[in-house]
Amino acid sequence: MIRRAGIVLAVALFGLVFARLTVHHVERQSLPPLGKRYVELVPQALGAPNVITGILLTYRAFDTLGEVAVLFMVAAGVGLVLGRREGRNENPLTDAPQPPRQASEIVRTGAQILVPLIAIFAAYIITNGHLSAGGGFQGGAVVASSAILLLLADPRRRFDQQFLSSTESAAGVLFVLVGVAGLIFASGFLDNRVLPLGQFGTFFSAGAIPLLSVLLGAKVGCELSVIIDRFRA
Amino acid sequence: MISTVVLATGLTLILIGIWGMLTHRNILRIVIAFSLIGTGTHILMVAIGYVANGTAPIIDHGLSTAEAPMRAVDPIPSALVVTAIVIGLAVTAIMLAFAIRLYEAKKTLAIDAFTESKW
Repeated sequence: MIRRAGIVLAVALFGLVFARLTVHHVERQSLPPLGKRYVELVPQALGAPNVITGILLTYRAFDTLGEVAVLFMVAAGVGLVLGRREGRNENPLTDAPQPPRQASEIVRTGAQILVPLIAIFAAYIITNGHLSAGGGFQGGAVVASSAILLLLADPRRRFDQQFLSSTESAAGVLFVLVGVAGLIFASGFLDNRVLPLGQFGTFFSAGAIPLLSVLLGAKVGCELSVIIDRFRA
Repeated sequence: MISTVVLATGLTLILIGIWGMLTHRNILRIVIAFSLIGTGTHILMVAIGYVANGTAPIIDHGLSTAEAPMRAVDPIPSALVVTAIVIGLAVTAIMLAFAIRLYEAKKTLAIDAFTESKW
């Protein structure tokens, strides 16, 4: 009873704080100086119409690199926590050892139709990240959703771990190499002006941003697929 | 106006998440509540970056380079949220992996069964 009263009190106090935040919230009438600078600089200096992708893949690309490292650590950490279950006979998620139930025909047929479409959509999102809404992270997540669909349709499907890990490592190494090229040929680490900026708004433009986007998409897609694969019972 | 509505939605989601974490005893439900808090935070950040009558900071036919600094919303919170979503997924994956391990240890997902590791 006392515990319940404490919970109600805590939630009510949080609610009070949040209500005050909402009441006193004033909508911005203009951009703050840093945001304004980015909105001006990304189209002019980097040649990328999508300001957010320009920030993610050039100005704050070092953070993006660190974040991909976090994803890699999570893949390794999930493997560590859930590892060494292969040798056991019993299936830990179902108490009686039994083979996984076959997916229904609707799911299997739907997966056959949808997986190629999802793959094309992911490629579109990744390669158009500098032109419109999209980019490596978003496209990589779409790739991972097709991996989930494949696993739902056929729970016994084995992903090629060798392929996934080597693709992921190659994408990571190339990402860093593009960054080092920026250090040598342009003005800093992960500067996108190592490649010609091209005509503004066309597919081959914005320097190295499309290339970095593809590498990031491949890396994120592979890492998320590995994480999903590790959860298989 | 619209950003206040979005802000209130995000804060409500955070509140629901806090309430869910404190009341539920099932580990999976606690993980779900944690994800709700994360999602509410993302909505909150997007709401803070909104500029009155602003549009997405993407230069195209509807938004020329010259008028972008006047009409675009703040791109920095959006860029932060893109990264925060991925980190949120990573944290959820780690929590679910530990949930599977805890279930293997005690054959239950009730958090009351794990009191010996409380302190």
